[in-house]
Amino acid sequence: MASTSYKVIGTRPIRHDGTDKVTGRAQYGADIQLSGMLFGDILRSPHAHARIKSIDTSQAENYPGVRAVVTCADLPEPEQKVADLGEGDVNLYHLCQNVLARQKVLYKGHAVAAVAADDIHIAQEAIQQINVEYEVLPPVLDVLEAMEATAPVLNDDVRTDSMAGEESADPTNVAKHFFYEKGDVEKGFEAAHVVIEREYRTATVHQGYIEPHNATALWNQDGQITIWTSTQGSFMVRQQMADLLQMSESKIKVVPMEIGGGFGGKISVYLQPVAALLSKKSGRPVKLVMDRAAIFEATGPTPGSYIRVKMGADREGKITAAEAYLAYEAGAFPGSPVSCGCMCIFACYDVPHGRINGYDVCVNKPRTNAYRAPGSTNAAFAAESVVDEICERLEMDPVEFRLKNAAQEGTRRVDGVQFARIGMRETVEAIRDSEHWKAPLEGKHRGRGIGSGFWFNVGLKSSVTAILAADGTVSLLEGSTDIGGTRTSLSMQLAETLGIAAEDIKPAVVDTDSVGYNDVTGGSRVTFSTGIAVHNAGLEMRRQLIERAANIWEVDASEVQYENGEVRGPEGKVFTFRELAAKVHATGEPITVKGTSGSENQAGAFGTHCVDVEVDPETGKVEVLRYTIAQDCGTAIHPAYVEGQMQGGAVQGIGWALNEEYVYDEQGAMLNATFLDYRIPTCYDLPMMDTIIVEVPDPQHPYGVRGVGEVPIVPPPAALVAAIYQAVGVRMRELPASPPRLLHQILQAEAVE
Amino acid sequence: MAKKRVVTTTINGKETQFLCQPRQTLLEVLRDDLALTGSKEGCANGNCGACTVLCDGKAVDSCLVLAVEAEGVEIETIEGVAPVDGLDSLQDAFLQQAALQCGICTPGFIMSAKALLQEQPDPSEEDIRFYLAGNLCRCTGYDKIVRAVQDAAAARLQV
Repeated sequence: MASTSYKVIGTRPIRHDGTDKVTGRAQYGADIQLSGMLFGDILRSPHAHARIKSIDTSQAENYPGVRAVVTCADLPEPEQKVADLGEGDVNLYHLCQNVLARQKVLYKGHAVAAVAADDIHIAQEAIQQINVEYEVLPPVLDVLEAMEATAPVLNDDVRTDSMAGEESADPTNVAKHFFYEKGDVEKGFEAAHVVIEREYRTATVHQGYIEPHNATALWNQDGQITIWTSTQGSFMVRQQMADLLQMSESKIKVVPMEIGGGFGGKISVYLQPVAALLSKKSGRPVKLVMDRAAIFEATGPTPGSYIRVKMGADREGKITAAEAYLAYEAGAFPGSPVSCGCMCIFACYDVPHGRINGYDVCVNKPRTNAYRAPGSTNAAFAAESVVDEICERLEMDPVEFRLKNAAQEGTRRVDGVQFARIGMRETVEAIRDSEHWKAPLEGKHRGRGIGSGFWFNVGLKSSVTAILAADGTVSLLEGSTDIGGTRTSLSMQLAETLGIAAEDIKPAVVDTDSVGYNDVTGGSRVTFSTGIAVHNAGLEMRRQLIERAANIWEVDASEVQYENGEVRGPEGKVFTFRELAAKVHATGEPITVKGTSGSENQAGAFGTHCVDVEVDPETGKVEVLRYTIAQDCGTAIHPAYVEGQMQGGAVQGIGWALNEEYVYDEQGAMLNATFLDYRIPTCYDLPMMDTIIVEVPDPQHPYGVRGVGEVPIVPPPAALVAAIYQAVGVRMRELPASPPRLLHQILQAEAVE
Repeated sequence: MAKKRVVTTTINGKETQFLCQPRQTLLEVLRDDLALTGSKEGCANGNCGACTVLCDGKAVDSCLVLAVEAEGVEIETIEGVAPVDGLDSLQDAFLQQAALQCGICTPGFIMSAKALLQEQPDPSEEDIRFYLAGNLCRCTGYDKIVRAVQDAAAARLQV
């Protein structure tokens, strides 16, 4: 457990932005109103795959109330260039085509043209006046079919970029082949007593944030662009805009509005460049907000996948070898998180011999993007389900199997990375020792399952500025957009460093001109990495306060110490933080400090979940009766928001496991692009979500922070299907285990009997 | 364009007149014309509850109400919940319980919960979960939201 000597860390102060958010005053992206503002709408492709023969915008341009119409012709010719967005790379050539289609549309909902008008209704009417002539092409929607040589090919410029050496001369849908090997896999399987090999499928699922994508742009007459938008990375928006518009970043200012959820889906730009082009053409600020159907059809969900896992274990339950084949749907353009899937799939365990092949495959669906621990949930569903079958075959307790094989400090993953201090074992022990695991589960059609999961967590770069005020409060300017309470987790770290109250820090998320560079809010990095920047700023403020006190007392700075929010000098001289702050203006220069981070990386996070379900064998409906999440969180800065991340992530995983999927017709039209038909969990579907915070501090952070946001989504599908198997004897190898799919399996099993 | 209509209504206790097109929803008028942006648009088809307001005391999705239907109706939005000198016990409970992360769904939850506690001052967990099932939250997993409503109910009963 973490040190109990902290004064602020580990407490539960009210979040700094709380009052604004419970009174409706917080300004989210769509809430902005600018003088003279126009409203825009986007014309989207009705086809999943088609060549654009012509676009005629003349009627729309003459429609009363229309101020501007744009198409891809208004964007500069794109370059082949890869940009790192922190949670995945993006090829600018493809991003440009995704923002506004060029020669082809590659999924239903692909943006083709846009209109700005006096009000949203006029804009909606006007896009219907744009005439687009398409040559409809056959779509390919399934990942394995898309890999066939005879499949329709989406992108003329894509060749297989392979780690295994194969070359493709012709255009292909297989954009990347990842390959990792460790030890001698064949020898490992020979040593096994039990070998299980199974195939798994997962459906495309969406992050499902409640706030629609939005962008309001002003392309000013002096050539400066300002974008008000809700984003996970205002600096990433600036970079993508500069690349797409082929202009200097200094011409673009991004003002991050409050963000209503992202989960990885609000990093890539969609509307921002289009709003800017519309503003340039109309000379007015333009607001664009997506409707829910467009969010489903045209932003980046997480890939559907095909995964094959083979694992062997000896009589004692030690894993001897493991092999995986992962094929992920990239969507329209390359860039699925299959590489992350490869690196995570066996990460929970010490696998002596392993081989992993991963394929990034284009299909006629929206270009996928990061979704909370991108790629890991699909992979864990497959690997953990095989582990459950091995345990059954060996008649071994799944907790015991996990403890026997748990990865720990020094374990080398199949992809070659060696673990630093991690807490996989501790999360399994926490479940083993929990009330939940010890409680008997009685009743018909009930079952209990467990599952474990891993996510890397990243470091990357952050900058903050801290400003001392005369009343002893400190303003904290940060550039990490706050998606779930990081203003507070960062303020608490600064307060701890300075020895003052969390309430005496005044955090503000500011625009890209007003703070140093910050990487994306993603990869579970903000409390860790921006936290290090904050700590550094706090140390610098302490140094300056010591210097100032030494000057006032006319002693050497080496005789002055900073302790518990007080500055102490010789002969009992002391200033409280407040007393010294009050003297700053009269005794010298203002105290304004900066802090940066960027060299540290995280050790990764693990979680183990336990779930009880009851299955209705008449309908296939799964009821979650009880759920416990154990997670290595490092030092929990604000335990309530740490619990919130664990609960929220697990519930997204439950939705993924039991209900959520994109349903397509054969032409590639999504049939369920509403929250009614794409069913995310409601509070009526769930019990309370119990949490066990396991604290294995990450030594790379001054307070031992470990990112907590992403890993909780990883274990639920595997844990749930294990519980369903116990309840009704059916192994679900395809997600979601929704009532129709599960009922089908139950009926099939009954027919065999 | 169809002619604009004058609508007379009461919003957060104040008699209000506005002009609207017949095709405008109540949500659109609240947000774009009356600058009451606390009610959020998440889906615009009644599935997510982020735009929940009270119409004559009943929780409704304002995206499903035409603005002209507000004639003579008493409307309460999130902006009208807090008393002058502090927060409502529901707002307080949401903060104490850390029952929000991104916060976009919070106004809708508070409005629905307010209607619930007016109808059922002492709801069970099951009652709360059933009543709030029309409000979607993607961040919290609902645990802390349910607890916040329980706390607010207890606080209201004590008064």
